Amino acid sequence: MAAPTTPPTAPSPGDANPRSLRQLVLGRKDVQDLSDAEQDLPPDLMTVNMGPSHPAMHGTVRIILTVDGERIVASDVQPGYLHRCFEKESEHATYTQVFPYTDRLNYVSPMINNCGWAMVAEKLLGLTGHLPKRAEYIRVIVSEISRITDHLTCVGASAMELGAFTAFLYFLKAREWLYELLEKVSGARLTHSYVRIGGVGKDLPDGFHDDLTLCLHQTEKIMVEVENMLNNNKIFRDRMAGIGAITKQAAIESGCVGPIARAAGVDYDVRKDYPYSIYPELEFDVPVGTTGDCYDRYLVRIEELKQSIRMLRQCLKQIPDGPVMIADPRVALPPKQDTYNTIESMIRHFKHIMDGVKVPAGEAYAFVEGGNGELGFYVVADGTGRPYKAYVRSPSFVHLSTASQLIHGHLIADVVPIFGMINMIGGECDK
Amino acid sequence: MGVELTTTRLEDAAKWAKQSTLDRATNWGRKFSLFTYPFVTACCGMEFMSVAGPKYDIARFGAEFPRFSPRQSDLLMIVGTITEKQGPALKRVFDQMAEPKWVIAFGVCASTGGFYQNYHAMPGADQVIPVDVYIPGCPPRPEQVLDALIMLMDRIQAGRGHSQLRDKREQVIAEAAQNE
Amino acid sequence: MSQKVLDALKAVHGGAIELLETQHGDAIAWIKRDQLVAVATWLKTSPEMAFDAPVFATCIDRLDWKPIDVPPGVPVYPNSAAWTDAGGKPRFEVVWQLRSSLHHHRLRLKAACPEHDPRVPSLASLWPAFNWQERETFDMYGIQFENHPDLRRIYLYEEFVGYPLRKDYPKEKRQPLVRRDDLPMNPIKAPGEGHH
Repeated sequence: MAAPTTPPTAPSPGDANPRSLRQLVLGRKDVQDLSDAEQDLPPDLMTVNMGPSHPAMHGTVRIILTVDGERIVASDVQPGYLHRCFEKESEHATYTQVFPYTDRLNYVSPMINNCGWAMVAEKLLGLTGHLPKRAEYIRVIVSEISRITDHLTCVGASAMELGAFTAFLYFLKAREWLYELLEKVSGARLTHSYVRIGGVGKDLPDGFHDDLTLCLHQTEKIMVEVENMLNNNKIFRDRMAGIGAITKQAAIESGCVGPIARAAGVDYDVRKDYPYSIYPELEFDVPVGTTGDCYDRYLVRIEELKQSIRMLRQCLKQIPDGPVMIADPRVALPPKQDTYNTIESMIRHFKHIMDGVKVPAGEAYAFVEGGNGELGFYVVADGTGRPYKAYVRSPSFVHLSTASQLIHGHLIADVVPIFGMINMIGGECDK
Repeated sequence: MGVELTTTRLEDAAKWAKQSTLDRATNWGRKFSLFTYPFVTACCGMEFMSVAGPKYDIARFGAEFPRFSPRQSDLLMIVGTITEKQGPALKRVFDQMAEPKWVIAFGVCASTGGFYQNYHAMPGADQVIPVDVYIPGCPPRPEQVLDALIMLMDRIQAGRGHSQLRDKREQVIAEAAQNE
Repeated sequence: MSQKVLDALKAVHGGAIELLETQHGDAIAWIKRDQLVAVATWLKTSPEMAFDAPVFATCIDRLDWKPIDVPPGVPVYPNSAAWTDAGGKPRFEVVWQLRSSLHHHRLRLKAACPEHDPRVPSLASLWPAFNWQERETFDMYGIQFENHPDLRRIYLYEEFVGYPLRKDYPKEKRQPLVRRDDLPMNPIKAPGEGHH
């Protein structure tokens, strides 16, 4: 007998007009409107399980829906199916060994996670702002490229789930070019581990400027095609507009950041409000939406893609020459010539790898603008080469906690665009 | 003493000649019309998307259509890390698939656990279900995935996938014991 | 910027404070756990504080805390005589980070609790984002949040025994739910029953 086991979540404070129209048309009642007799024997509530292995559940999340016909009256979102114990692993790894683990957090924009981790270690070491300019520029270039791949994947996958398979394939084509570019830079297509504490691993390859310029040009052409397909497409708009809206106040109090908060009208972008690295030297705009529904989130992401491309063009013009790693013996490996020829450098190299970068005791929280918003690392250091505690403030986890509110009152089919536009990345959500 | 159930491509090809025509024909049909169930959990999912995308086209091999229902698919691709919490779901999906079915462990997390050796990541999906082909890599390059698919196809043609051998396991052991 | 917040906090709620400190530009305030909700409500509602955005909530387990080479002037683990009920040094510190979208300042709140009584009040009623974050802290560390609307495990399954991020839980101790028929299943032991 399908009875609601958990009380229905309160109607979302952010739900705007469209839901009352739906109520009018469908004539359904909310569970609270049922009489006592009807609540004891609810005749038409059904429990439906979505996930954890489900095509629309990006990564793996399980939602237990309680539906009245097709309309959702209660939901229980259960993450944790990809909990890979980032925090426990990082307590046993040196600071540099944690970089591969951070890659796999938000795996569609891995360079940004790397940068965030490097920033928190540098904050504890007191190196913030002292990195060579070229290293900062390279970090920003690869971060913005990662942001482009993140938004391409998110919008492409969401479009595919609504039936627009062509948009997905076009965006995948663009993403392949960017993956090849990042492979030339770091050696891997997806999980780069390119950034290091104090700079980046190695310099950009030859011909990078021309490759990137060509990539950006081709990506823009693809974006024009996909925008023509989707922006004024009646089916796309009907399925996305008015769905999953959240008000500005609710977004702030629920901890929403990134494209979701910006679509709701919250003008918060870490790159503008708490600028880090060389973002103050770049000109870019931050798109802010109005209604906070899925269509606004889609538009915010498309506009952010364009802004990222704009920033990359500026970076290519402004990037200076110079070293890519700070010349601080606490964090930098000695040059290979010295390592193989002098005993001091070899010992230093050995201790650096085996014991790790010794970070002075204390705690710090450093955050970057990830693909989904404010991605922060909270590290408690105890003076050894391994973190005592490393916590990831993952935006996807916080956004997923609002999912229950967002889908309340919608149809089961609306769960798909809402989930797609939240861009819940399993690795980041479940750490 | 034990039976070598892992084989090389040459051995598989040699056994091809011993099959009956009907077997050969059904296996040929099976290998070129694989319906995948992409059990996607983690980062390898991005590479799976690339494999299915226009550049590394998996449709060339007939394995284009993902069927998101275990009842309608025959190739379970375990893409990404399997955790202990996910174990029962994976086992249930595998049990619901109809024979003959094959399993590819995509990525090193699904093969052996990868560099996640902790209280929640299962050390490989083969702790729960039998796996036919393992693809190492974190994540594997799309070319590796296509190579693994071809390897699996050779195995299907030879009739040596785990589920194809299920009824013949004793027979194979007896044959091997005889040949020793 | 962070000093202003700490000064205002001291002026209004001086009695509830254990310690105020600043590390690497971040303002940190240690609050007595029974007065935490009052302080947090003031932080959220007062116009000059306006901490309306929650950032994260987690916990630190100080069981193995032996820092080396502490730089001068960094108070890494305050020892307050007021924690005599905890027997000196409490084992857990629950941490909440807040942000103000109006004034752009940030604050870290900490409440300490001992091992034999790991309870702190919940701030989920003030900031909805802490609902899940506190569930995660309970799941990983075993901290009981009082007045939390729905305190149950979030990442791990219900059958899991123990709290894995505590320093005395071994990293590789698995508690499998299901295994193939021909593979041995590790028995689920309570933490402290010996390594397997």
